[in-house]
Amino acid sequence: MTDKKTIYDKIWESHVVSNNDDGTTILYIDRHLVHEVTSPQAFEGLRLAGRKVRRPEFTLATADHNVPTSDRDKGISDPDSKLQVETLERNAKENNITYLPMSDKRQGIVHIVGPEQGFTQPGMTIVCGDSHTSTHGAFGALAWGIGTSEVEHTLATQTLIQTKAKNMCIKITGSVIDGVTAKDIVLAIIRKIGTAGGTGFVIEYTGEAIRNLSMEGRMTVCNMSIEAGARAGLISPDKTTWDYIKGRPLAPKGKDFDEAVKYWESLATDEGAHYDEIVEIKAEEIIPQVTWGTSPEDVVSIDGIVPDPNKENNEEKKKSIERALDYMGLEPNTPVNEIKIDKVFIGSCTNGRIEDLRAVSKIAKGRKVAATVDAMIVPGSGLVKEQAEQEGLDKIFIDAGFDWRDPGCSMCLAMNADKLKPQERCASTSNRNFEGRQGRGGRTHLMSPQMAAAAAIKGKLTDFRDL
Amino acid sequence: MEKFNKLSGNAIPLRITNVDTDMIIPKQFLKTIKRTGLGEFLFFELKYDQDGNEISSFALNQDQYKGANILIASKNFGCGSSREHAPWSIADYGIKCIIAPSYADIFYNNCFKNGILPIILDEETVAKLQDTAENSLNFNIDLEKQCITFIENNEQKEISFDIDPAKKNSLLEGLDDIGLTLNKSNTITDFEGIQEKRTPWLYGSKLV
Repeated sequence: MTDKKTIYDKIWESHVVSNNDDGTTILYIDRHLVHEVTSPQAFEGLRLAGRKVRRPEFTLATADHNVPTSDRDKGISDPDSKLQVETLERNAKENNITYLPMSDKRQGIVHIVGPEQGFTQPGMTIVCGDSHTSTHGAFGALAWGIGTSEVEHTLATQTLIQTKAKNMCIKITGSVIDGVTAKDIVLAIIRKIGTAGGTGFVIEYTGEAIRNLSMEGRMTVCNMSIEAGARAGLISPDKTTWDYIKGRPLAPKGKDFDEAVKYWESLATDEGAHYDEIVEIKAEEIIPQVTWGTSPEDVVSIDGIVPDPNKENNEEKKKSIERALDYMGLEPNTPVNEIKIDKVFIGSCTNGRIEDLRAVSKIAKGRKVAATVDAMIVPGSGLVKEQAEQEGLDKIFIDAGFDWRDPGCSMCLAMNADKLKPQERCASTSNRNFEGRQGRGGRTHLMSPQMAAAAAIKGKLTDFRDL
Repeated sequence: MEKFNKLSGNAIPLRITNVDTDMIIPKQFLKTIKRTGLGEFLFFELKYDQDGNEISSFALNQDQYKGANILIASKNFGCGSSREHAPWSIADYGIKCIIAPSYADIFYNNCFKNGILPIILDEETVAKLQDTAENSLNFNIDLEKQCITFIENNEQKEISFDIDPAKKNSLLEGLDDIGLTLNKSNTITDFEGIQEKRTPWLYGSKLV
């Protein structure tokens, strides 16, 4: 055994409340994000057992999955969605938990709101009843998605019973070429290791190309750790991290901030620490990536072709390609950049932040969305929306023919009114291309914001660098 | 939670890899504020076509699998979302045991919170069991002994499985995790005291 530790080891060890005889650990949870879909049954459970929320001040609630992204002054028309959001509001109030309602400009997707408010900080353990909680790992926090039973456990005890995962290092060496984004990096990772590649691991992303990413880019990468099978993914924090946190509403202030930075600096993985698995990818080999199928591992480069099941020797793999092609309505060997699209969705906890919108505006400026395409842009939070409007991005979008919406999860999972019709094909900046994810029968191609914007303009998947 | 020890019944083979949580329970059914009543929507989009007609080729629609309480699935079952609606809908449908070569982490963990036993066996064995299930055989699952038994071609077959002892115990005893952790409230309070000294900025700030 060595005393060299990974950041995951360090955060884990500093949160052990007690080690149980059966090999499990009671782990302290520093912060808990709550949304309307996965929490009502947890609060109900507490109520029935006569239990209280242990640390309401460590908990932050907002509605995101169900909220409408247009005509907000009319409220929520779907009665079930409305009840769910109202239930969250009531539960938050009864339990003294801060709740950001639709009318608050800080409302948005939980994984965008947390970082924006400084709720997310390095070295923390953070959970939420949502698998994309891995996003917060970008700050060097250990953050993972939990089910409703664990939401209830966290509310009642501020701890979770956990078993330690293994350490995986994904190193992106060198620098990416121009126009290659964090989204392309993470799609390339999932393409390489598969959707079960990270199962049982916590992934740490390292290497020059990761170091060079902004906080927002790092969030995009960590966000899709779950699509690579890992419950959590993280990046050792550095100056980029503190610069982002400083001055945010919940960031440590004054002397506390300096103390915090000193502590945060100690979190980075020690040189020579042990990883159970190491994967290396050369950054310069990545070009813009898109998905062709119904699993986030169904990734090709934009200059590639749709796979041919007849070239696949593994019977199970072959069947799965055939099923995906059938669902997606695609012929084998079709060049990807000939695939025509009907809709474009730009937003989600993966790519709904201000830098994403700025990148889209550069593509959209002075161009028009193709006549055959419906394109919507959904900012990740009210603050992202406000910032974009201050910079005049909304005008660029509207002039180009994009629909400019209010914040929420929207068509990433289509729980609100924003969804694909059967057989509609969508270029999407979200994180999942599962069957039916964006609406029953809907066909999703995942890609970066730049690529989605270019698809909107060309009416087909296209390399945005050729525009 | 209900205790799990022995289970006996038929099994449904589901030969699709990477079955995700959207397939298990589509999002239009996530708007509930209850844990119960989701069983009828399990695999909804695999069960019904877009006009609401039953898809007869799907196992759950076939008479021979009615009343089955075991699901024999393929690799990476339950990937995607952390939504506990997935195991809720499975349990509510009446399935108490899943057998697969591998599961997504969060889903696997969620099963234990809902009295579902997710068994892991190698791919080849699972594929054979899927074939066996098509003959409507009765499977006996004994968690205490960690084995699956059935009679095939007049021959008694037994397959043993591994499971984490803590997880096994929680199913056998039907443990209330929260109650057990709350028994350690003082230890949690002690931890908070130490942590507040070490990283004081974590304490005291609240968003208003």
